[in-house]
Amino acid sequence: MKRAFPILAILTAVLLSYGLYGALISAPTEQTMGDVQRIFYYHVPSAWTAFTLFFLNLVASIVYLGRRNPKADALALASAEVGVVFCTVVLVTGPIWARPVWGIWWTWDLRLTLTLVLWLIYVSYLVLRRFSSSGQTPVLAAVLAIFGALDVPLVYFSIWFFRTQHPQPVIGGGGSIDPRMLHILLINWAAFSCFATLVCWSRYHLEILSREVEEAQALESLVVESPR
Amino acid sequence: MSSSGITRATLAKDLRLEWRSKDAINAMLFFALLVVVIFSFSFDPTAEESRRIAGGLVWVAFLFAAVVALNQTWARELRNQVLDAYRVSPAPPNSLFLAKAVGNFIFVTVLEALMTPLFIVFYNLRALGPAYQLFVVAALGTWALVVNGTFFAAMSVRTRSREIMLPLLLFPITIPALLAMVEATSSILTGEFSARFWIVLLVAYDVVFTMASLFLFELVLQAE
Amino acid sequence: MSYLYAAYIATWVIHIAYLAYLVRRYTRLRTEIEELKKNR
Repeated sequence: MKRAFPILAILTAVLLSYGLYGALISAPTEQTMGDVQRIFYYHVPSAWTAFTLFFLNLVASIVYLGRRNPKADALALASAEVGVVFCTVVLVTGPIWARPVWGIWWTWDLRLTLTLVLWLIYVSYLVLRRFSSSGQTPVLAAVLAIFGALDVPLVYFSIWFFRTQHPQPVIGGGGSIDPRMLHILLINWAAFSCFATLVCWSRYHLEILSREVEEAQALESLVVESPR
Repeated sequence: MSSSGITRATLAKDLRLEWRSKDAINAMLFFALLVVVIFSFSFDPTAEESRRIAGGLVWVAFLFAAVVALNQTWARELRNQVLDAYRVSPAPPNSLFLAKAVGNFIFVTVLEALMTPLFIVFYNLRALGPAYQLFVVAALGTWALVVNGTFFAAMSVRTRSREIMLPLLLFPITIPALLAMVEATSSILTGEFSARFWIVLLVAYDVVFTMASLFLFELVLQAE
Repeated sequence: MSYLYAAYIATWVIHIAYLAYLVRRYTRLRTEIEELKKNR
């Protein structure tokens, strides 16, 4: 697996550069919103990537509850952290887009609100992992992940109905999309997916290594203490 | 002892202890009153728009009160090592959870019953929609808060900053229920929309999370 | 279109900040591993 890393890194760099060029230069300018619409090429792929990472977290959490494999738990932690990073990007670029287009910073846009709720759920997940002094923190975190996943469809429907009763602006515009724009969007999605894989993998590796070092340090202190 | 017998016994014990000390109910009343009074300063009871935001304000008050009740749910058990006893006993963990959840539900409902006349007076509330639906919304909404709250209170029992952990975990997960409660209450008070969708959503929420809590509580109990 | 640049720059600031955090933890881990090797 380690040999794949540099190859993936190069691929990611290429895709990101191509995606950036496409987003800023070669993609056609949108009629109504103008150049600001180009934020879309970063905002939307980041959202999809974040959702994928959170789905990965759910799978890893369930696997952990079933098999108690610590590697599954490490993957759950890594995907949650990276997911929160991508979620933060979505929540920052969304309002930056909304402001010039709609004149307001926030709108109860379906995707944006869903992202906000997921962000809140996973920030609480990360806080639980850090502050829990129980020996079984991974189990508690995995249970929280399941609760979060159960919540998502309920959030979706509640926001959807809220929007029908209180009409709100839609970020990202509706309707059909120009195929040239779709092409750039997909390139950026591929680029960010590869980037997310690299980062998540690194975080996973860091976590595994970190736990091995902790164990070794614990053994150290036992050995040092024992000659009493 | 049967599992429902255990549930009833634990519930009876909690209610009796609370009746004697009135710890939880006093704290809850304080917070709820605080919210009512402070918000009433910014409230023009004669204005029509006020009816629209009253729903949100009422639930903020009840939410604060519920968190107070939830925070102390497991405190007594923790102090007296009751949780350890439960872990080694053959009693099904669900009975304990159910007893705690129902106990909290009763505490918060009592608070709501005490506070509602105050709200009606301070905010000059009068439902333009079907008022009976308010009871349904209150019951479903309170259960939604309490079932997840009791579960997360158990999860945060061994964390640092326990009192912060509970609201931090509870708030994001209950967002759909909170939205439903507030929107349903506003719909009923203003009579503008039908609250039926929100009530159905609350039922779905309650069913999903009651089952999830009952199913997963054993894991949490063992994990402490 | 300063909003456009703000969004793109913000995106990369967030990603780079997280990568910097990872790098910091890696270097700290490396020193800890060196410590352990020395004590052995």
